[in-house]
Amino acid sequence: MIYKGKVHKVGEHIDTDAIIPARFLVTSDPVKLGENCMAGIEPDWVRRVNKGDILVAGRNFGCGSSREHAPIAILGAGMPVVIGHSFARIFYRNSFNMGLPLMEVGDAVDKINDGDELEINAETGVIRDLTNGAEITCPPLPASMAAILASGGLVGYVGERLKQKNRGK
Amino acid sequence: MAQTLAQKLLQAHTDETIKSDGQIVQCRVSVVLANDITGPLAIKSFRGMGAEKVFDRDRIVLVMDHFTPQKDIDSANQVLISRRFAEEQGLTHYYEGGEAGVEHTLLPEQGLVKPGDLVVGADSHTCTYGGIGAFATGMGSTDIAAAMALGETWLKVPPTIRVNIAGAMPADLRAKDLMLMLIGMIGVDGALYKALEFGGPVIDALSVEGRLTMANMAIEAGAKAGLFAVDAQTRAYCAEHGSPCPDAAIAADPGCAYERVVAIDVTGREPVVACPHLPGNVKPVSQVGSLPVQQVIIGSCTNGRISDMRDAAAVLRGRKVNRKVRCIVLPSTPTVWKQCLKEGLMEVFMDAGCIVGPCTCGPCLGGHMGILADGERAVATTNRNFKGRMGSLDSEVYLASPLVAAASAVAGEIAGPSAL
Repeated sequence: MIYKGKVHKVGEHIDTDAIIPARFLVTSDPVKLGENCMAGIEPDWVRRVNKGDILVAGRNFGCGSSREHAPIAILGAGMPVVIGHSFARIFYRNSFNMGLPLMEVGDAVDKINDGDELEINAETGVIRDLTNGAEITCPPLPASMAAILASGGLVGYVGERLKQKNRGK
Repeated sequence: MAQTLAQKLLQAHTDETIKSDGQIVQCRVSVVLANDITGPLAIKSFRGMGAEKVFDRDRIVLVMDHFTPQKDIDSANQVLISRRFAEEQGLTHYYEGGEAGVEHTLLPEQGLVKPGDLVVGADSHTCTYGGIGAFATGMGSTDIAAAMALGETWLKVPPTIRVNIAGAMPADLRAKDLMLMLIGMIGVDGALYKALEFGGPVIDALSVEGRLTMANMAIEAGAKAGLFAVDAQTRAYCAEHGSPCPDAAIAADPGCAYERVVAIDVTGREPVVACPHLPGNVKPVSQVGSLPVQQVIIGSCTNGRISDMRDAAAVLRGRKVNRKVRCIVLPSTPTVWKQCLKEGLMEVFMDAGCIVGPCTCGPCLGGHMGILADGERAVATTNRNFKGRMGSLDSEVYLASPLVAAASAVAGEIAGPSAL
C-alpha cells in the first residue's frame, strides 16, 4: 500500500479529548466523527484536510481515554495513516483494530514539516519526504498487528476466528 | 524466574510460559467491562464479528455512567442500545438508573472484581482495580467486543517501574497527592507501555480506597496497569464487599527485575495540584498563586468514594462555599450517596452551599452536570485536565485531592486546607 499526501503536523501529548471531544461521542458514525476531528485543538481544524492527507504527531499521541472514536474520527476525516514520535498504548491498539496503521518513528519525526508532501510505502516502512528529500524507515510491525491490519481490522480478524471455531464444533 | 507483580498476575491467566517482558501472550479474562459511551460501539463490533453469544453472561459488566442520567436524545439512545443488548444476552451485571454508579467505584464496591483477576474494560480508567491486586487495563470498544466473544485477549507483558513511597505522611496529604507527585516526576508518558508497581511503608499503611485512587491514575502516566500487592487490608476490604479473596499471597517475588525504581519521600511535603493542561504539570498548592475559581467538582472514579466525601465534609463543615464558586459534589455510587446521608455529610454539603448531584461521570469529561464557560477555572478531584476536557477550550482544570478542592471552594481561589 502506498500513501501519498500533504502533512498536517500536531504537537506532543495530543490527547483523545483533543482528537475528538467527549461531547461528540454520541455517535459512532465515521463521517460525523470526522467532521469534528481535532476539534479539541481548534474548532475547524479539520477544514484544512483533503482526503488522503497524512497526520504527523509528536510524542505520546492519543493519550487519555480509551475512546475508539479517536482513530475513527481520523479515518473519517480522510487521513489513512498516522506517523508519530510515539503513541499512547490504548490508542495504538485501537488504531490497528480500526484499520488505521500507525508508524512509530521516534525523533526522526522532526525531519517532517507541516505542509510537506510525503510518500509512504506501508509494506517496506519507508517514508519519503518529497518536499525536503528526507527518508525515514519505520521498524516493521509485530506479526500480530500486521495480521489484524491484513484483515482490515479486528472485526474481520475475530470474525474469521469465530468462523473457524464454529466449523470445529 | 523471580516475577514482577505484572508477570505473576498475567501468568495465572495464560497457558504460555512468561519468560520476559515484551512477550505477547494470549490471556483468559475474568471480567469484561464497558459503559454507555464505549458499549454501543463494542456491541456494533460484536455483531460485525458475527458473534452471537457472549462467552459468559456472568462476566460481562455494563455500567451506564458517563452521560447518565441520560442527558439528551442521542445519549439516551446509546443507553437503549446497551440495555437491549443486556436483555438479549441475559447479562447478570447490567447497571442503569438507581443501581448505577461510576463504574470504577462500583465494581470493587459490589465485589465484582477480586484480587488476581484479569479485567479488561472499554474505559481507560479500568486500571483502577490494580488497587486490589487485579491486573486491569483499558482498551477500545472493538478489543472489548473480541473479549466479550472469545473470553480472551492478547497482551504484551509490560516492563515494570517499581515505585517506593516512604517517609512520615503529613496529615493533609492524600493518595491523590502521591499519584500526582509521581506523574509530575516521570511525566505523562513516563510509564508508556509499562506497569507501575507500588510499595513501601506509606503504601503499606494506605487504605484500599487510597490505593484505588492511585491505580486509577496510572493511565495518566501512560501505564498499562498500576499494581498493588494483596495484603491484610485488601483481604479486609474484599471481605467487607463480598468479593472472594484468594488465600495465596499475591505480590512480586523478591529479586525480580524492574526496569526502573522510583523513590518518593513524603516527609514535609505539602498537597499538590496538576495545572493545565496536563496531569504531569504538578506544583505544590502554595506555589500556584492566587487564582480565582468558578467551579469545584468533588467526585469521579478517582475521588468519589466515602473516604473522599468525608475529607470534603471535614473541610466544609461549619464553612461556606464562596459565592463566586459552584461547588458540585457527586458521590460515585448509590452506596456512597446513602452512606453520606447516614453520616450527616449531605447536611454538611448543603449547609455549606454545595450542589449535590447524582452518581455520574458527567462533568469530568465535559459531558454534563457542571460545564465550564469561556475563561472559567475549576478545581476538580477528577483525573484529566486536558484542554477543553470540562467544557470550553478556553477553560482551565486544576486536579487536586478532595481536601484541596473543598478548601478552594471555600477560599474562592486555589488553596490548600491549611490556608483556611
